[in-house]
Amino acid sequence: MIKRKKEKQNNNPFYDSTLKKRHASAARFKKFTLTSLLFSIAFLSFFLFDIVGKAIPAFKVAYIQTEVTFNEKSLDDTRFAVDKKYRDLVSRAWLRDIPSLLKENPNFMNTTITTWVLADDQVDQYLKGHHHKLKENEITFVENLLSQGLIENKFNAIFFTKGDSKIPEYAGLYSAIVGSVLTLIITMMVAFPIGVMTAIYLEEFSSDNKFTRFIEININNLAAIPSILFGLLGLAIFINLFGMPRSSPLVGGLTLALMTLPIIIVSSRAALRAVPDSIRQAGYGLGLNKIQVTRDHVLPLAFPGVLTGSIIGLAHAMGETAPLIIIGMIAFIPDAPTMVTQAATVMPAQLFTWAGMPEGMYIEKTAAGIVVLLTILISLNTVAIILRKKFEVKW
Amino acid sequence: MSTFESRKRSRELNEKLIKLALISAATISILTTFGILFSILFEAIEFFKLRSFWYFITGATWSPGVIGSQFGALPIFAGTFVITIIALGVAIPVGLGSAIYMSEYASATVRDYLKPLLEILAGIPTVVYGFFAAITVAPLVVKIAEFFGLEATFNSALASGVVMGIMIIPVISSLSDDVIRAVPDSQRKAAFALGMTHGETIKNIVLPSAMPGIISASLLGLSKALGETMIVVMAAGLRPNLSWNPLEDMTTVTVTIVNSLVGDFEFNSPETLSAFALGLILFVVTLILNMISLSLIRKFKEKYKVNTL
Amino acid sequence: MIENDNKTKIAVKNLNLYYGVNQALFDISANLYENKITALIGPSGCGKSTFLRCVNRMNDLIPIVKIDGSIIIDNKNIYDKDVDEVSVRKKIGMVFQQPNPFPKSIYDNVSYAPLKHGIVKKGRDCDELVELSLIKSGLWNEVKDKLNQPGTSLSGGQQQRLCIARTIAIKPEVILMDEPTSALDPISTEKIEALMLELKQDYTIITVTHNMQQAARVADYTAFFHLGKLIEYDETQTIFVNPHNKKTEDYITGRFG
Repeated sequence: MIKRKKEKQNNNPFYDSTLKKRHASAARFKKFTLTSLLFSIAFLSFFLFDIVGKAIPAFKVAYIQTEVTFNEKSLDDTRFAVDKKYRDLVSRAWLRDIPSLLKENPNFMNTTITTWVLADDQVDQYLKGHHHKLKENEITFVENLLSQGLIENKFNAIFFTKGDSKIPEYAGLYSAIVGSVLTLIITMMVAFPIGVMTAIYLEEFSSDNKFTRFIEININNLAAIPSILFGLLGLAIFINLFGMPRSSPLVGGLTLALMTLPIIIVSSRAALRAVPDSIRQAGYGLGLNKIQVTRDHVLPLAFPGVLTGSIIGLAHAMGETAPLIIIGMIAFIPDAPTMVTQAATVMPAQLFTWAGMPEGMYIEKTAAGIVVLLTILISLNTVAIILRKKFEVKW
Repeated sequence: MSTFESRKRSRELNEKLIKLALISAATISILTTFGILFSILFEAIEFFKLRSFWYFITGATWSPGVIGSQFGALPIFAGTFVITIIALGVAIPVGLGSAIYMSEYASATVRDYLKPLLEILAGIPTVVYGFFAAITVAPLVVKIAEFFGLEATFNSALASGVVMGIMIIPVISSLSDDVIRAVPDSQRKAAFALGMTHGETIKNIVLPSAMPGIISASLLGLSKALGETMIVVMAAGLRPNLSWNPLEDMTTVTVTIVNSLVGDFEFNSPETLSAFALGLILFVVTLILNMISLSLIRKFKEKYKVNTL
Repeated sequence: MIENDNKTKIAVKNLNLYYGVNQALFDISANLYENKITALIGPSGCGKSTFLRCVNRMNDLIPIVKIDGSIIIDNKNIYDKDVDEVSVRKKIGMVFQQPNPFPKSIYDNVSYAPLKHGIVKKGRDCDELVELSLIKSGLWNEVKDKLNQPGTSLSGGQQQRLCIARTIAIKPEVILMDEPTSALDPISTEKIEALMLELKQDYTIITVTHNMQQAARVADYTAFFHLGKLIEYDETQTIFVNPHNKKTEDYITGRFG
């Protein structure tokens, strides 16, 4: 066997024994790089799997079917609206809403109706198999109700319609969503015009002098400054110096606007640069001045790129938390704000607050909130990519 | 004045106003940088009027909120250092390895799918990473440590460091991928023609040429790690701890900044102002790292006459 | 075929090459002779560079390339399954159109490959090999005092001679040259042509050139390619003075290309 192999080698003038080691080393190197790539992908999958797994239970919540009594006694102390055995098993917060339920249905007064009542978070967590604090007798009672079909998991509309609450089963993302919307409106109203105008100035109107280079250096630096320092700026200048209201979407929006400026400037500049010079030359050739050429000819062509960059900037701002914590947007906000000067919170900050709460139900709500946030971000980025592809003109 | 002249005058005025508006917009970025610098500097100076700068840099006891409160930030710097090193220890090998595979080995279709996938890692909000670090990774670290007979806290530096590293992977891989592809193909051809394997070509010819860009990417990653807040606020500890053990809890500059500001202290107390002192250090260090990184990239661009970076 | 006393170094038999579905080389057969300079000429896109790259299996680096046929060197088809392409390239060196020295010192440019292949070890053996290679490529006197300078600090012509030196350093038997002087000035071109004439004593040289005068000056044999086919292959004298094929004549007289 070995003899034949040696013969083969002798007949082959290209046989080189030193190469085996080198090829093995090259193969190992390739394997290492592939492993690194797979590690990143594996993490992403593990992460998504874990978060979605934790989030799914949150989209349904337990309701108990029982009798609710509307009379003077129960309105005075809503705990008396349900039977004693149910008192610790239903949501106190749901009960507290009884007066408003009565306002909508005044004919309920002095009647007892059978309806689905939101269960206490411990019941819900028990049914989902998580850690719970139910006592033995309570467990027996719940199992009994379950077998009678008097407990059901219904879609958790509360998550989307209610604001934050110290009572876990009643906590929702609504006020945070409104807060995010208000804050981001301010952010884009400030960052978009300033960013685009800066890009137009740098690309179309400025000459290559020290001032221009200074601006470019500043933009580069701004992009690299840790986000938390923008929070310090917001605190020291917007809140302390200008006296703007703390925790408001106004201050939050301004702070995020400054952070988002570099993204919008850089992408708008790229979009403007991509418009070929022949377009401008044609305009000048027709006797138009620079402003007209830019406004009527260059800008419309660059607009898709500008829009794409702004959407990406918006997505970035939506996920920011650290600077908003510094300016106070992590207060407890049960009701959605109606003006940009009222105290508010934003989605990522709400998730941050929930993640720190002791009750187990907040974990699934945080995970669900993450899923909502990621869905919005993925949608935004997809829209941006589609826009870019759709309006991509090959010059 | 004829209508022609008056129209020309108003048009010129219009042009001047528009130009003024554009320049004003552009100066806002300058104002912002200086605004950050001066507001932080001003408050930091107020802090250093109350407490010693030297002790701040070198002292090992950080105990706010008590009579005779001391503000020695050394354990905080140490904690930041440990967690950052762990993060880079994950991000640089994985990021560089991924970049090499995508730019040198992967086919075009594979590359088209995998590159955006890595970009997704960059788009995940840090609060989400923080949640994952605190709820999933930290307990996992405790379990794994137990398996090896070691003891890890639920706020281990390892947990937040690893997750931070994963967050930084796209920073390293994206820029490294760009610089590796910018190395001219003629160099690779020369190496192959001399009888080098692909691995040898990459290790001895491509990577050394791309090194300034790779270092630049690493510095950017370092800068990002230093400034990262949410992951460490949610998963790392609050206790300044001067230790090298990654299984222990320790705190960072960014966590301390947050803590100093959400307390109940007066704005002009040393407790609150210490946040600005730490902010100043963070600002200066990240600024220096950023400038070095940019100049390295600029040199690389000049050398290979690239415009794609 | 040509009758002569020459020893065949490279025997090409029915070589076909495809880029995906597009065929680029059609049934090429020729015997390339040892210690001679063979020039490959033809209009742009005729396949002469593609053919050249087949000889040291550089086309293998392009994924969509498919090769049919054989190239036999030292009685072995280099496209056989048991032939390592890396070892082929040790025996068959290549110099490119654009000089491409590594961003290393002049010394390291020359010593890199021999050290990697284990031809010499670091130290005196290596120094001697570097010196010998630089002498043979006619560059030694110009760089002997600045071996530590980067290879890229040399002029274009010097860089190309450095590339030749680093190719010689791995002790190949064949040197392939892909338009080695088209990016250089006339004086450097002259130096390199003189170098080629010297080198042929020790190496077999195949050179692609779009400059017919160059082929006439240096080549012993010339092969004329057109649209992926080998039209005519003969002694250079014959090709230029008395070509057998009309297409060859048209090209030589400048009717096309």
